[in-house]
Amino acid sequence: MITLTHYLVLSALLFALGLYAALSRRNAVAMLMGIELMLNAANINLVAFNKYAAPGAIQGQIFALIVITLAACEAAVGLALILAAYRRFETTYVDDLNLMKW
Amino acid sequence: MTSVVWIIPLLPLAAFVAVTFWGERLPGRGAYVSIAGIVLAAVGGLAVLAEAAAGARADVTYTWIAAGSRPLVVGFVVDPLSAVMLAMVGCVASLITIYSVGYMAGDPHYPRFFSYLSLFQFSMLFLVLADNLLFIYIAWELVGLCSYLLIGFWFERPSAARAALKAFIVTRIGDFSMMIGILMLYLRTGSLRFDEVFHAIGTGSLGGPFLTVVALLVFGGAVGKSAQVPLHVWLPDAMEGPTPVSALIHAATMVAAGVYLVARAYPLFLLSPGHEALTVVAYVGGITALAAATMGVVEDDLKRVLAYSTMSQLGYMMLGLGVLGYSAGMFHLITHAVFKALLFLAAGSIIHAVATNDMKRMGGLARSMPVTFWTFLVAALALTAIPPFAGFFSKDAILLAAYAHDRVLWLVGLVGSFLTSLYMGRLCWYAFAGEFRGGAAGGAAHGDPRESPAVMTVPLVILAVLAIVLGWVGAEAFGDPFGHFIRFEGVEAPAGNSGVLLLSVAVAVAGWIAAGALYRWRLVSPETLTGNFRGLYTLLVRKYYVDDVYELVFVRAGAGVVWAAGAFDRYVVDGLVNLIGWLTGRVGSALRYVQTGREETYLLLAALGVVVIVLVRLVW
Amino acid sequence: MIGEAVAFYVLAAITLASGVVVATSPNLMHSAIALVPTLLGVTGIYILLNAEFVAGIQVLIYAGGITVLILFVIMLTEGGTGLRVRQRNEQVAIAAAVSAAVAALFIALAGRTPWAQGAGTLPSYTPGAIGQNFLGPNLLLFEGTSVVLLVTLVGAILIARKEAGE
Repeated sequence: MITLTHYLVLSALLFALGLYAALSRRNAVAMLMGIELMLNAANINLVAFNKYAAPGAIQGQIFALIVITLAACEAAVGLALILAAYRRFETTYVDDLNLMKW
Repeated sequence: MTSVVWIIPLLPLAAFVAVTFWGERLPGRGAYVSIAGIVLAAVGGLAVLAEAAAGARADVTYTWIAAGSRPLVVGFVVDPLSAVMLAMVGCVASLITIYSVGYMAGDPHYPRFFSYLSLFQFSMLFLVLADNLLFIYIAWELVGLCSYLLIGFWFERPSAARAALKAFIVTRIGDFSMMIGILMLYLRTGSLRFDEVFHAIGTGSLGGPFLTVVALLVFGGAVGKSAQVPLHVWLPDAMEGPTPVSALIHAATMVAAGVYLVARAYPLFLLSPGHEALTVVAYVGGITALAAATMGVVEDDLKRVLAYSTMSQLGYMMLGLGVLGYSAGMFHLITHAVFKALLFLAAGSIIHAVATNDMKRMGGLARSMPVTFWTFLVAALALTAIPPFAGFFSKDAILLAAYAHDRVLWLVGLVGSFLTSLYMGRLCWYAFAGEFRGGAAGGAAHGDPRESPAVMTVPLVILAVLAIVLGWVGAEAFGDPFGHFIRFEGVEAPAGNSGVLLLSVAVAVAGWIAAGALYRWRLVSPETLTGNFRGLYTLLVRKYYVDDVYELVFVRAGAGVVWAAGAFDRYVVDGLVNLIGWLTGRVGSALRYVQTGREETYLLLAALGVVVIVLVRLVW
Repeated sequence: MIGEAVAFYVLAAITLASGVVVATSPNLMHSAIALVPTLLGVTGIYILLNAEFVAGIQVLIYAGGITVLILFVIMLTEGGTGLRVRQRNEQVAIAAAVSAAVAALFIALAGRTPWAQGAGTLPSYTPGAIGQNFLGPNLLLFEGTSVVLLVTLVGAILIARKEAGE
């Protein structure tokens, strides 16, 4: 019997993986991949809640669709930034981008 | 004139304003305006005196603050006491102001002097016309201010600046006591007007030990202003000011304000249980009279001898008031104003001529400055109560009252009389007799001393005439018009006692003879006396060490408190502020390492923050 | 029932295993490629949850568009496999701890809360329902998102273009 809790646990684990990737990777693109994982985890949550807790409405899926769209936008802009930064600083490793250091 | 009596103080006030702002451009560099102000006031004062003598009385009041149930009503009173004071202040001040034209000639700050003089004249006239304690207090402070300004007129001299400060601070102590007394009176009676306060005594709401305390507190102000023991230390030093200032303020008028206050507030003293307050007044006066006379005998500075003499005579006045000699005390105030002003002005004439205050460097001036000499002699005879000069009638009235009331005080007064003649004789011999001793070293700058110009000698002559005749208005032989004019209900002068009178005269003459024995005929040399009584001599020269005690106890201690407060401010208060600043700096320095400039750190901190918040929420 | 459970566990295993590779692989290319099975696993989860349209969109955009985009950028920057360069930064330990804590908190939260069971059923043909919703109650959302897309497009071009003369 698969209940809501299963999906929530799944999304929690996925979220944690995404967070770990965002926190511990040096390459900017890899950080971005982590962020995508976190967004997916959130989407799973939304759709699961839609099915189990509010099946009369469709807003969960709508929300998930919008999230996907916006994730695409954000990935596009983020990657554009990484390209621009690469051109300027010759590196994609975020360790080296520390101009705002004290 | 009586109904518009408030104009009288305003005349010198207008002169003050005019001379302060436009002094240089006014006629006589401000002097003539100042003279005009006071002379007009004097004329007004004489008019008021004439009307009051004919029976006019007035109390012109204004409601200053209409504050609900207790409006503050203030005003000016015309009664015998204020009328007499008005006339005396006006006339003496006019003569002194005219004299100052000669004395201060050539001084670079000439207009400022006259503006201060006018301010003082306004304050003093204001004081004597006041019918309530608030005005008295205001005027009290104003005359104190003028005293400070005038003593320190030549403020570039450090000794003058110090003397001015000393005068102000010492009288402040007295003023503080007086203020407490006034406040207590207000709290008990709800009014500051004399007639209402006296009425409260009559109805009994003000009485008993409370009344004694209030009377003594108010007397504290008089002690300060009239240089009685223990607040007497400022008066000798106040001689740093120009001589007209010494004459006007520290002889005739301001220092007399204390005596005037006691007379004005006489019911406070008279009706205190068992005459306690009155006894205190009398003894303070007696002690001062004697102590000051002893200190005056050993002084070499001309003006300081006169200062101690003033102190002593003020003591006599307080003594007189204290032994129920109301008319006698006030009469002595009036006559003393005249001859003491004369003494100071003549002394100023001498100092102007020989450029020194030191008696030992004078001499032979009787020949070179005849007018000064004769007027000075008249004043000295008046001071030492030799008949028929003015002082005789007034001082002996006091001694008579003392004899009838308290024999101890009478003896004190008698001894003081002897000493008065002694030091005045000493002064006269040193200054006028023999040969001029200041020629070689000191007075060479002025050449041989010459008589002063007429603008200075004419006031001397006028005052000398007054010193002779003024006494007769209080003489029994002429019906004692003064005594009938200025009197207090229920306090009557004792009957004349010719034995006492003769004894007083004999004592005074004996003092003159003793002075002659020491200084003129050299029967006993002064050096032998000082040698034999070395201890006593030192005690007197050091002014009974009072100044030293005050210096140690108050000045040093005060300096210590100041240092401690300063240290507290520097180290504790500033230290605290600096600590906060330093701490902020250190914390900031430590915190800045958070700004690594790297994104992963910030992300980590955000995630960490979320975890912490949730945990706290769960646990709490 | 059994089928649903088996499907769920299999899909979950695929998703999580690939996710681990994405997060921890020292080889950058492996990370990027492993993103694909992760996203496909999530697609399966959506289908299990009766969200077919969302699953379709997920495949198209995520597994298709975004993964390719990431690969492109890896190529354009000289990431390569990145094997010669250290891929983990120095806060690995605490990052692991924080991630674990977050996961634990979420799981604990999910377990404790009595989620209410809503009323009604999902429509059987979700694309239609979604379409009706977008052009009905959530029209503003729809239009707004399209504006965002436009802005993103322009912005990304602007940021990533070569400067004149560079």
